[in-house]
Amino acid sequence: MIQIEYILIVSAVMMFAGVFGFLTRRSTLAILLSIELMLNATDLNFAAINRLMYSGGHEGYFFTLFSIAISAAESAVAIAIMINIYRQLKDTTADKLSKLKW
Amino acid sequence: MDYSQFLYMHEEMSLLGVILLLFVTDLLFCKDSKRGGIYNSPLPVILLGVMTVFNALPLSDVQFEAFGGMYQHTPMDTIVKTTLNVGTLITFLLAHKWLARPENLVKQGEFYVVTLFTLLGMYFMISSGHFLMFFIGLELASIPMVALVSFDKYRYESAEAGAKYILLALFSSALLLYGVSLIYATTGSLYFNQIGIANTPSLLLLCGLAMFLAGMGFKISLVPFHLWTADTYEGAPTAVTAYLSVVSKGSAAFVLLVVLAKAFTIGGIKMDWEIAFFWIIIASITLANLFAIRQSNLKRFMAYSAISQAGYLVLGIMGGTELANDGTAQGMTAMVYYLLVYLAANMGAFAVINVVEQNSGKLGIKDYNGLYQTNPRLAFLMTLCLFSLAGIPPFAGFFSKFFIFMAAFNAGFKVLVFIALVNTIISLYYYLLIVKAMYISESDKPIATFRSDGYTRVALALCTAGVLLLGIAGWVYNYLTEIGMQSL
Repeated sequence: MIQIEYILIVSAVMMFAGVFGFLTRRSTLAILLSIELMLNATDLNFAAINRLMYSGGHEGYFFTLFSIAISAAESAVAIAIMINIYRQLKDTTADKLSKLKW
Repeated sequence: MDYSQFLYMHEEMSLLGVILLLFVTDLLFCKDSKRGGIYNSPLPVILLGVMTVFNALPLSDVQFEAFGGMYQHTPMDTIVKTTLNVGTLITFLLAHKWLARPENLVKQGEFYVVTLFTLLGMYFMISSGHFLMFFIGLELASIPMVALVSFDKYRYESAEAGAKYILLALFSSALLLYGVSLIYATTGSLYFNQIGIANTPSLLLLCGLAMFLAGMGFKISLVPFHLWTADTYEGAPTAVTAYLSVVSKGSAAFVLLVVLAKAFTIGGIKMDWEIAFFWIIIASITLANLFAIRQSNLKRFMAYSAISQAGYLVLGIMGGTELANDGTAQGMTAMVYYLLVYLAANMGAFAVINVVEQNSGKLGIKDYNGLYQTNPRLAFLMTLCLFSLAGIPPFAGFFSKFFIFMAAFNAGFKVLVFIALVNTIISLYYYLLIVKAMYISESDKPIATFRSDGYTRVALALCTAGVLLLGIAGWVYNYLTEIGMQSL
């Protein structure tokens, strides 16, 4: 039987790998990938907590399902905006998004 | 399953009806994109207005739950939803001239439908009794909002604002979700009421709560999480900026109060988030005020002003999650009243900014030099709204600030109230900078005299009435107090 701690550690590592990627990556698409990593970490957390700690209910599973669907919708909108930016700048590097500042 | 539960949710259902009606109308009758079909008519405004009145009139005092407690409704929810409706209505009025431009004609239907979907998300968020419902509402409110921010497809600033907004919104919702998963791990439930009973202070719960608050902080744009605000507000179309700064922010602040009241007030954890909010509020009000002074673009200026106002709004959370000693829900009442007054004043200021931008294309504070000579009435209305935002006595802004300070003071946060008071004076300085530009500064080329369109006039009349009357009409606050006592 796998202990809950192992899964929580894996998901925490995934989460903060995502945070690290979000802060250091320069391509906006890579930033988007990092955010997906963070969202997947939360999905893993919900499913594992439900299965191993509170196996009586299904709240965590349902949360995971909804969260996957919603994060797909979010990335669709985000990629649409990236495409719009690419059409105007011919570039999607985060450093170039600097017209609005201060 | 008992389908009559849907009847209880008549606010959500009627809004959904309006959305579907507009959607179908757009689909069937707007083939002629040259003339903009039915959407140059005031149909969306009228539909939303009728729905607002229909939902506000009966004012059911009932407190009920539907779907096993996923959906919880209190009388105060009706008030907040009506307030948000009025804000959306004014946004539609502001957007009309912008939407009548040739490049936007074909997209008019989308604008109304997408805006109303964000409103629907806020409705669900406000009445949620479970973290899943809350999260779906939050995302329904924030994903279409991004589409609205980058609505001007051929203007680069709009796209950049949208990119910054969606990346940070995604980041914050991931943080929030991770926080919720940790809360689930410690309490074993996602229902607010059960979390409220089951929470015992532990390190894991504290981590979860901190991440949850960080996620909400992004939505309300409180200071350590405010970095997207100014860029997004500047790049977004002006009507959308007005919507973001009032409706989106106000609903998120109220929801935060409700969630904290339901889930994290009983048990020993209240002390911890109060300390967090103490510093967040001080930082929001002070830093935003200092940054606002050095702005030269009016929309950026209003963004920093909105961050500072969010700090005052959240002041209502301090001590607002429990009934006060005299049995009233002082914090909640003061917050909703503040939201109402802030809506009138901020929407009024944005109405002036918007109509000036639509007619002259100018947004700089220096461009407003000499506005009084050419457009005296607009300059006067702008002054009223700015005075109300700053909190000068005869206007409603003074009373709303007074009540929110009183609520925090009675809850024992005397230092916090003092710092907020000092900041009110700083804010007066920068609001007066605009007034000075309009009345005193000379300009070689002031903005030419123009007649504003009928829609903007209605919006300005509504906002001015709010700024002048909400403060004088004492029954408004009394009525809110009564409702608040039934809601907490």
